[in-house]
Amino acid sequence: MASEKEGGTTTVPARPGDEAQDRSFHSVGKPIRRVDARGKVTGETRFADDLSLPGMLHMKLKRSTVPHARILAVDATRALALPGVRAVLTGKEFPVPYGILPVSQDENALCTDKVRFVGDPVAAVVAVDELTAEEGARLVEVKYEPLTTIGSPEEALRNPEPQIHAYGKGNIHRSVAFDFGDVPGAIAGAAHVFEDSFFYQGNTHLPLEQHATLAYLDQNGLLTISSSTQVPHYLHRAASKVLGLPPARVRIIAPPQGGGFGGKTDPFNHEIVAGKAALLTGRPVKIALTREEVFFCHRGRHPVQMRMKTGVDAEGRILGHSVETLLDGGAYGSYGMASMHYTGALETVTYRMDRYRFRGCRTFTNKPPCGPKRGHGTPQPRFGLEVQIDKICEKLGIDPAEWRIRNAVPPDSVTANWMKVGTIGLVACLEAVVKASGWKERRGKLGRGRGLGIAASSYMCGAGHPIYFNDMPHSGVQLLLDRGGGVTAYCGSTEVGQGSDNVLALLIAEVLGVEPADVKLVTGDTSLTPIDLGSYSSRVTLMMGNAAIDAAERARDRLAIAAAQKLGIPPERVGFGGGRVFDVSDPGTGMTFAEAVVRAESAGGTVGVVGSYRPPPPPARYKGGGVGPSPAYSYSAAVVEVEADETTGIVRPVKIWVAHDIGRSLNPVAVRGQVVGSVYMGLGEALMEEQAFKRLPPKLSSALVHVGPSMLDYKSPLTLDMPEVECFLVEDPEPSGPFGAKEVGQGPLLPIPPALANAVHDALGVRVDEVPVTPEKVMAALRSPSRRCGPEGFPVVPWPEALDVPPPWEGGDGNARNEPPRPPKKKEGVRP
Amino acid sequence: MGGSLVTLPAGARDKIRLAVTVNGEARDLLADPYKTLLEVLREDLGLTGTKHGCELGECGACAVLLDGELQLSCLVPAVECEGRQVTTVEGLKIGPELSPLQEAFADHGGSQCGYCTSGMLMAATWLLGRKPDPTRQEIQEALAGQLCRCTGYQQIYEAVESGARVLRGEKPLPPTLSTVVEGGGHG
Amino acid sequence: MMRLPRFRYHAPRLLSEAAALLADLGPEAMPLAGGTDLLPNMKRRQQTPAHVVGLRGVEALSARSGDPARGLTLGAMTRLASLEQDGQVLAAWPALARAAGLVASPPLRNMATLGGNLCLDTRCTYYDQSEPWRASIGYCMKREGEVCWVAPGSERCWAVSSSDTAPVLCALGAEVTLTSKAGDRRIPAQALFADDGMQYLTRRPGEILSAIHLPPPRPGEKATYLKLRRRGSIDFPVLGVAARVKLGAGGAVEEAHLVLGAVGSRPQAAEEASKFLVGKRLGDAEVVAEASRLASQVAKPMQNTDFGLAWRKQAAREWVARALRELAG
Repeated sequence: MASEKEGGTTTVPARPGDEAQDRSFHSVGKPIRRVDARGKVTGETRFADDLSLPGMLHMKLKRSTVPHARILAVDATRALALPGVRAVLTGKEFPVPYGILPVSQDENALCTDKVRFVGDPVAAVVAVDELTAEEGARLVEVKYEPLTTIGSPEEALRNPEPQIHAYGKGNIHRSVAFDFGDVPGAIAGAAHVFEDSFFYQGNTHLPLEQHATLAYLDQNGLLTISSSTQVPHYLHRAASKVLGLPPARVRIIAPPQGGGFGGKTDPFNHEIVAGKAALLTGRPVKIALTREEVFFCHRGRHPVQMRMKTGVDAEGRILGHSVETLLDGGAYGSYGMASMHYTGALETVTYRMDRYRFRGCRTFTNKPPCGPKRGHGTPQPRFGLEVQIDKICEKLGIDPAEWRIRNAVPPDSVTANWMKVGTIGLVACLEAVVKASGWKERRGKLGRGRGLGIAASSYMCGAGHPIYFNDMPHSGVQLLLDRGGGVTAYCGSTEVGQGSDNVLALLIAEVLGVEPADVKLVTGDTSLTPIDLGSYSSRVTLMMGNAAIDAAERARDRLAIAAAQKLGIPPERVGFGGGRVFDVSDPGTGMTFAEAVVRAESAGGTVGVVGSYRPPPPPARYKGGGVGPSPAYSYSAAVVEVEADETTGIVRPVKIWVAHDIGRSLNPVAVRGQVVGSVYMGLGEALMEEQAFKRLPPKLSSALVHVGPSMLDYKSPLTLDMPEVECFLVEDPEPSGPFGAKEVGQGPLLPIPPALANAVHDALGVRVDEVPVTPEKVMAALRSPSRRCGPEGFPVVPWPEALDVPPPWEGGDGNARNEPPRPPKKKEGVRP
Repeated sequence: MGGSLVTLPAGARDKIRLAVTVNGEARDLLADPYKTLLEVLREDLGLTGTKHGCELGECGACAVLLDGELQLSCLVPAVECEGRQVTTVEGLKIGPELSPLQEAFADHGGSQCGYCTSGMLMAATWLLGRKPDPTRQEIQEALAGQLCRCTGYQQIYEAVESGARVLRGEKPLPPTLSTVVEGGGHG
Repeated sequence: MMRLPRFRYHAPRLLSEAAALLADLGPEAMPLAGGTDLLPNMKRRQQTPAHVVGLRGVEALSARSGDPARGLTLGAMTRLASLEQDGQVLAAWPALARAAGLVASPPLRNMATLGGNLCLDTRCTYYDQSEPWRASIGYCMKREGEVCWVAPGSERCWAVSSSDTAPVLCALGAEVTLTSKAGDRRIPAQALFADDGMQYLTRRPGEILSAIHLPPPRPGEKATYLKLRRRGSIDFPVLGVAARVKLGAGGAVEEAHLVLGAVGSRPQAAEEASKFLVGKRLGDAEVVAEASRLASQVAKPMQNTDFGLAWRKQAAREWVARALRELAG
C-alpha cells in the first residue's frame, strides 16, 4: 500500500476502469414502476400475519412484569386447564442460548433462570385462538425473586453486581479503545480546542407491520418458519441451533415485510418458540405480536452519551479528534458490539483529520435490548461531530458549509482509522444544498425565530464482513431461463419495503435485455434460494446487485455463444435488448430472447447459472477494524430550515434540502422515496421520537417501564408534521457498485438531526446538544446563561488499554503496534 | 387480576350471525362476538388486504369505507356492521385493472413496504369522493390519520394528485424526480 | 393483535330501552357510542364490561332541533366530523366546530361522537396502557391498584380530562341532558364534570348523556379554541384553551369565560381571569398578559401526559394569551 501523506488521507492507486460505467441502459435509471408495486396497491402482497393454514393454533407469550429477577417457579396448571389451551412452553424447553453475534450468545428463547427486562418472555401459551391464548397466558403464574434494577449506564458502571449477564466486566458488556496517532499531542499543539458533551436519545424502528411468525411442519415433515425477518439466513442458524435440528431440517421463509429499518434483523425469541410449538403440537402455530411487544423486541437506536474533543489549527483544520461514547445497551447483546464500534468507525470518512482517538463502552441495563436501526451506531456521533463543527465555525468565523467543502476527504483515500473510501460525492452534495437553499444569502439573515442549519454525513454500502467469520459469498443469485424466454431469479435477499426485489429484477433484466417485469423472483427462502445475508447495513443493492449481475452475465454468455453460432458472428458481437438477442453491428439481424434460450439449452443443456459476491478484503487489520469497512461509502448533505418560537420553544421544520451521493440511481423514483423516507425518519428522531423509560419511586416499586409502548405515545411524525423535502442526487458511478450504484436507504437520515440542531442555533442563538430537540430543551437553553441545553459532562468510564494503530501516513500496515495475540479465528466452512 | 379475566355472561361465547355487504357482495357469516370488523375481514372473510399496526386507532392501517365513510375497522365491533356496506382495498380494482389511484400509487412511489398503503388508498378514495380536486393541504389533512414510516408522505401526496387528475379525466402526472448533479464523486 | 375481551352486545332501538338496559344490567354494563374511546380501553383491559349497550341504533340520539337564533340541540351521537362541517355550527359556534375538527384524525372523527367526546375517559400515562404494562407497575388506583403514581401520596386520582369539545361547551355555557329510566335531567355542561380522575362525570349509574344544547350566540359574542399537542393530528390535547367573550359596543369586554382543558381532571374554568377581563380591552397587551397569568394559575398539569409539566404550565399562559389575541383581532 502506497502511503503518501496528503492532508490527512492517503492516496491509493487509481481504480481499474470499468467499461460498464458509461454504457446506455434499457432499464437502469428509468422511473419505472417497481416490480412488486401491484401486490402492494391491491392488498394482495402477503405479509407474515396474512398467512394462515388449516388447523392453525395461536400463540401468546407470557412476559416478565419485573425488570430484573430470578425465576423461582413457573406454574402453568391453571393455563393448561383453560378450555382451548393446547400447550404451554417454558424456559425448560430452551436451554440452548443464541444471539445474532457469535460473541453474544446470551438469549434464551424463553427465559430459563432470570428475566432481564419488563417484557422478557417467560412462557408461551398455544391455544385454538388468539384470545384464548391470551387468557391462558394471564393464568400462567410466575414467582420471581427480585434483583437490583440497573436502569442506566451510570448505574451499570456503578454496580458491577448483580450482573445482568455472566459475561463482560460487571455490567459492562464490552469496551474498546483505539489511538490512531497521538491525539493528546495533536490537541496540545492545536490553535483552538473544542470539548463538548452530547446525548442522543434512543429511539425505535416502529415498522408499521408488527412482527409475525407462522411455523409448521410441511407435508414432508420439514419445519418451516415463515416470519417477518430481514435476515432469514441468520434466523435459520439460530433456530437450528436452539431447536437442535440439522439446518437441512429447517426452512425459513421471509415474506415481504411491512417495514424493518433494522428492527427485524435479529433472530427473535417468538420465531424460535413458534417453531418449537409447531414441533410439539404437530400443528401450524402462529404468533402475531402486539405493538407493545414490538417495543419489547426493540433492537433500536442506542441511547449514547458522547464526549468529543477536537483540536484545530488557525484555519479550523482538524489536527486531532477524540470521541468517547457510552451506550445504554439494554438487556441483551444483540448487535451491540458492532453498534459500539460504529459509534466510532465512520467518524473519519467525511472530513480530513490527521489523528483520531476513539473510546467506546456498551453497558447492559434492564431494558429492551438496543441494536441496529437505520444508520446503525452512526447517527449519534454524527450528531456530535456536525454540531461541534458548527461551533468551531462559529468561533473561528468560518461559514460552516465552506468549512465542510474545504475539509472534505478526497476520493480514493484511506482514513486515519484505515477505512478505504472510493468515490466521494460529499462536496457536490454540499454545493447542491447550499445553492438550492440560498444558504449564502439567507443564513443568519432570516430574523429571530427562523434559521438554517447544515450537516453532512456518510454511510456504508454493506458491511465488509459477515456476522460470523467465513470465506463464503455474502450474496448469491441463481438464474433459471426457461424455453419460453422467462427468467426466474432465486436469491436469499429479503424485501422489507426498500425495493430489494426491484433491484434484483432490474439488474438481471438490464443485463439480459428483457423487461424487469419479465423476471420472476423467488427470494428470502432458505430452502429454495442461495444465501444472501439479509437486508441490513445497506448491503443489498451493492452485494446482491453484484451477485445478480454476475449471474446474469454468465447466462448472457451462454446465450451469446449459442446465438453467435446461429448468426455466424463472434459472441462478442451479440447484443441483448428489447427482448431480443442480435448482432450489434446489424441490430435488425437476430432472434427473440426465447429463441436464444432454446438454442443455448439445445447446445449445452438447461440454462441455469449462479453468481455471487464477496467484498474485497479491507486494509484495516487491527482487532476491531472489521467494523466500518465497506466496498463503498455514500455521502449526504442537508440544509434544514426551521421556525423556532422563543416563547414556547416549539421548533417547526419549514423545508429541507437534501443531496445524496448515490453513485448511480437504479430507479430514480425508488431512490427519491428512500431519500425522503430517510429524511422523515431522521426528522422524527431529531424532534420527537424517544424510546424512553419510567422508573417508579423505588420505595414503592422497582418498576422500570417503557413510558408509552404505543403508536400514540411514541411520537412518529404524521402528514401535518412533515415539511417539503427537495432532493438532489449526485451521480458519479462507483466502480464497486452494480452499474455504479451506492446505497440510499440509510445515509440520508444521518445529516438531519445535526442540521436541525444547527438551524435552531441560527434561529435563536441557542445550542441544544441533545436529540430529540424538544420545546422543553429549547426553553431550557434560552433560560440558561450558557445558552445551551445538553449534558454537563461524561461519566468516568474505565477504558481498557488502547490499541495503538498508526494512521496510514504515520507508517504501519493497518495493524496495531500493540496487537494482543489473537487465537486463530474459528472459521465456518472450509477454505478451498 | 381476577377482575380482568371476564366472567362470561351467558351466551357470550355464542357466535354472532352477520349479514354484511363487502365490496359489493352480500356476505353472511358466523363470527366470534368479540371480533371487530378488522378481524372479521381478515380472519373470517380472508380479506387480508386490510392491515393492522396497533388495533387501537393510532395508526390508520386498518381504514376501510363503512357506508362510504372512512373508518378504522379495528374499532368497529363486527356486530355493529349488520346490514352495512364495507369497501376494502380489495374492492378498489376494476376487474383485473388497477384503479387510477392504485396506478398512481404504483407509479409515483406512493407505496414502499406497502403496509400503510391499503389505509392510505382508502383515505385517498374517501377524500377524492368528496373533493375531486384537493389542494396539497387538503390531502395532508385527509391523510392525517394514516401513519407511514417509509415514504415521508411526499410521494403519497404526488400519487393522490396524479390519481385525482386521472379521475377527473385529465392526464396523469409524471413521477417527480430528484435534481441530478453529475460527476461529483471524483471531487 | 390486540383483541376485545368477551362481552355481550345489546342493541336497543329506543332511548328508553337503552336506559332500561343500563339500569337493569347495572355496573357490568357500559354504553357504546362511536367506540373510539371505549374499545381501545377494552382492548387494554382498562374497562371490561360484561355487557355493552350499543347506542348506534337509537335514532333519538342523532336527532337535531333548533337553530342559531333559538339555540341548537344536538343528539349525543352526532359525529364529530359532521359537527366540524356543519354550516350552522360553523356560523354560530365556530369554536365548537374547530374543537371537533381538532380531535384525533379524520377516520376517528367520522366515528367519534360529541357525547362520547364529552364522556371521554380521563387519561393518564400510568393508566392508558395494556394490562401487562399496568401489572408491571402494580396497577394504579383508577383500576385495580391502590396508588396514584402521578402523586403517590395523593388520596385521589389525577387522570386528565382530555376532551377537546368539553372546555368549549363549558365556555359556551352549553347544557346537556342526561336520560335515565327515571326521566331527563338537564344540567350545565360544566356541571357534568367532577374534579376527580376516577369519578370524572356526575353522570349517575343508568344515565345516558342524550343531548347537548347550544345557547344562541348574542351580539358581540366571540369564542375560540386552541389546542396544544405534539403532532398535527391524532394526539390528545396536552392543553386546550376555550375562550368566549362578549364585547360591548365600545369594544370593552362585558363578559368572559375562559376554560382550560387537559390540565386537570375536568375542564378548569379560569374564573378569576374571566372576572378580571370584564371592562377591559383585549387589544391591551397588559390586560392580555395579566389575564393569561391569572388563567394559567388554574392549570394544574401533572406529569402524566406528553411533555413536561413545567413546560405545559408555562405554555398555558402563552396559549391563553394567543386565544385572547385572536378574539381581539
